[in-house]
Amino acid sequence: MLPAAHDDPFAQFKVTFFEECAELLADMEQHLGELESGNYESETLHAIFRAVHSIKAGAGAFSFARLVEFSHKFEFLLDELREGKLVVEDDLVETLFRSFDVLSDLVGFAQNAEEPEGSYGQDALDQIEQFLSGEGVDAKADASAEAAGDPAAGAASPEEAEATQDEAGVPAATVKDGTSHFRIEFTPREAMYRHANEPLLIIRELRDLGRTETTIDTSRLPSLQAMEPEDAYFSWVFDLWTTHGRDDIDEVFEFVIDDCDLTIVTLDDSNTVVSVDVSPGRSDTEDDDDFGFFVDVSEVGSGVVSAIAQSIAPVKKAAEKMVPDTARASTEAQPTATEAAVKKPASPKAGAGAAGPATTNVKAASIRVDVDRVDRLVNMVGELVITQAMLAQEVELGEEMSADRVGSGMDELSMHIRELQENVMSIRMQPVKSVFSRMPRIVRDVSKKLDKKVRLVTIGEDTEVDKTVIEELADPLTHMIRNSLDHGLETPAERREAGKAEEGTIRLSAEHRGGRIIIEIIDDGRGINREKVHELAIEKGVIQPDAQLSDNEIDNLIFAPGFSTAEEVTDLSGRGVGMDVVRRNIQSLGGRVSVESFPGKGTRFKLTLPLTLAVLDGMIVGVADQKYVVPINSIIETVRPPKKDVEMLVGGGSVIRIRGDYIKVLPISMVFGLEGGEQDPSKGLVVLAETEGGRTVGLLVDALAGQQQVVIKSLETNFKAVEGIASATILGDGSVCFILDIDGLSKMKVPEGRRGSQSKTRSAAESNDNDQGKTAGVAAE
Amino acid sequence: MGKRILAVDDSKTMRDMVSFTLKGAGYEVMVADDGVNALSALKGEEVDLIITDINMPNMNGIELVQNLRGDPRFRATPILILTTESDDGIKQQGRAAGATGWIVKPFVPEKLLKVVGKVCA
Repeated sequence: MLPAAHDDPFAQFKVTFFEECAELLADMEQHLGELESGNYESETLHAIFRAVHSIKAGAGAFSFARLVEFSHKFEFLLDELREGKLVVEDDLVETLFRSFDVLSDLVGFAQNAEEPEGSYGQDALDQIEQFLSGEGVDAKADASAEAAGDPAAGAASPEEAEATQDEAGVPAATVKDGTSHFRIEFTPREAMYRHANEPLLIIRELRDLGRTETTIDTSRLPSLQAMEPEDAYFSWVFDLWTTHGRDDIDEVFEFVIDDCDLTIVTLDDSNTVVSVDVSPGRSDTEDDDDFGFFVDVSEVGSGVVSAIAQSIAPVKKAAEKMVPDTARASTEAQPTATEAAVKKPASPKAGAGAAGPATTNVKAASIRVDVDRVDRLVNMVGELVITQAMLAQEVELGEEMSADRVGSGMDELSMHIRELQENVMSIRMQPVKSVFSRMPRIVRDVSKKLDKKVRLVTIGEDTEVDKTVIEELADPLTHMIRNSLDHGLETPAERREAGKAEEGTIRLSAEHRGGRIIIEIIDDGRGINREKVHELAIEKGVIQPDAQLSDNEIDNLIFAPGFSTAEEVTDLSGRGVGMDVVRRNIQSLGGRVSVESFPGKGTRFKLTLPLTLAVLDGMIVGVADQKYVVPINSIIETVRPPKKDVEMLVGGGSVIRIRGDYIKVLPISMVFGLEGGEQDPSKGLVVLAETEGGRTVGLLVDALAGQQQVVIKSLETNFKAVEGIASATILGDGSVCFILDIDGLSKMKVPEGRRGSQSKTRSAAESNDNDQGKTAGVAAE
Repeated sequence: MGKRILAVDDSKTMRDMVSFTLKGAGYEVMVADDGVNALSALKGEEVDLIITDINMPNMNGIELVQNLRGDPRFRATPILILTTESDDGIKQQGRAAGATGWIVKPFVPEKLLKVVGKVCA
């Protein structure tokens, strides 16, 4: 049975609640952004209202008093808005945003089981009050007073309504043993049946209160021909001897009070009427209007029950006839399954971007998954089991087994496993929308603070990425957007002067390209001040004074560790975090970030990230005695160029000509300092691979060893970042194998001459940290 | 035989709580997250009671009640609306649409079961 209320039987749903809050808040933020951009569609307002409403309802269930209190006010304001009693205007949007913040924080507090300060959120409440104290609120107050005052209006005749007044003060005639005798006259109206209330149930309930005697009045029953099956023809008189009070009797009739004529009198021993109460009227008892019914029924002795049953039977029969007798299979599973949640391994950094206080004790650790995806998984596991059984059977046959059939079984097995893997991965894929939707808010707040006019355009919000990537994306993206707002875009005055529109634009886009996701942040601001960056870099010792850098290299200095344009640090993009941290974060995800600046025209930040952090389709290539993995989606083709198309370069490396284009070829063995690798493209194999920037680079290897999916093991986590190598993996034979970083490689210079593999490898690793800032982020274009 | 109840609410938390409470008391529970899905969940299904939230996307609770009452199959099926205490006007709308009764949320399990027991014999 259910535990008592004070045990909080619903505690287990808190996690669900907070997850839901997070979703609702994210939606809300997006909708608020729409409001701000001038989309006042009523559906937007309704959606915001519903979100607050749901949060309030849940908060109530868990007794988060502050949250309930605040969301109630907030909801009220939103209600005014959606009813059109208040008009959406700038100030109001401001208040909505502020209220949204407070709401998010309060959710955070509740989640952390913390109690916010008493005054917390008062400013938002004051603002809300301010709006509500306008004309709109008066209208509302009147309306609700009306509704609350006499919900039964229209149903009650004047005399009856009057008689309802004094129920609380009526002394019940109490007989010696504590029982009172009530006489209840109950005449349902047809509306009662229309509301699907059952007199039978009311009668049963009355009988639970005490001893009853029932008289049924069938005098209004017409002839069979004249009978309308859905009309009400009976009325009842109940005599009830009960130790319960009037409240309990009222409660029995609560749902039906407006759909019947009800008179309740209290009698004393001599059957003298002590008090009379006529209905209809609102039967609310002081402590209990948590529920009610719109119709009413009364109590009857068993003989009467069948009569009532008869009166209702036609309706029911009619209803039943309409119901096709279909199978009831799995009715419960279906609707529930849409909510199927799949647990994911807890990620230590997961959810760091969530609004509100950062640490939580009821942290969301589940993903919502489309039910189709789950079904597909189940199917696939089924296939897997069948194939496995088939194989087992074949193997049991021992020598008689057919190698052919085992072979094809293995093929099938690997196909199924691959499919399964793909589908499991897809579960973790989520649209970047959840991160993008936070950005309008940031743009809005920051541009307001800076007095700049900015429009944010987002493109490709539905692009899907692994959930962990999404989670890790929020912080860097926020930071970069802030940076663009702060440093990139000019003030309206400056823009006018430069002959641009006052309103600046930031485009935030996401797309899939070559198995990675590319996110770009493009502003049409002033671009990077190269002179200043250059100066600063020298000043900070990031580069040598005599270093010759291309424009692009200078632009990318902003990512260098130790470089922060201190002069320009503001409370917005400053925050003690530089772009170097952004780069580090992105790199730890196996991603890359670069910047491209067009003086006077704008700046483009480009983030490339792997779609998933877990597996990769790889081509295994042999180089000298080593094996490396080349990500398949970056491979264009593999060629062995004829001698005439090869040009060896002085100092190592070569160029080959393919269909009229010259392509740089990097001998992998030379890059990594391996002994014995092929140096001549016409003798080895050249793997043509595409970099993120769309450039083609040739990788000279000795042989192709096959294609397989590999599980990615981070090099940074387990060792340290190594230039030219994206990560590592473990092959079927247990050996560790490196996954090549095509972009990184394309930027590497072929070392002059050959050196011993050991010393070279070490120096590559060591030098890496130093020149990473300088070279690794340079855009590929 | 256990009674079947359809619980309709766009909030998963609420759905979970309603269905947890009802299942604990031996009811069979179906759920839907808005009016439209409630109607499709009811295709070819019979239920003894429907409990619905009011504020939902696509089709709200009032519209759902109206739809159900317009369907001969559900004319006599009790429908309870789940509403917050601030929704006084809503109760009357629900009543006009043909709902059987209302339950205020948040609710305690005992209360929900009591009300459900009232309409679901």
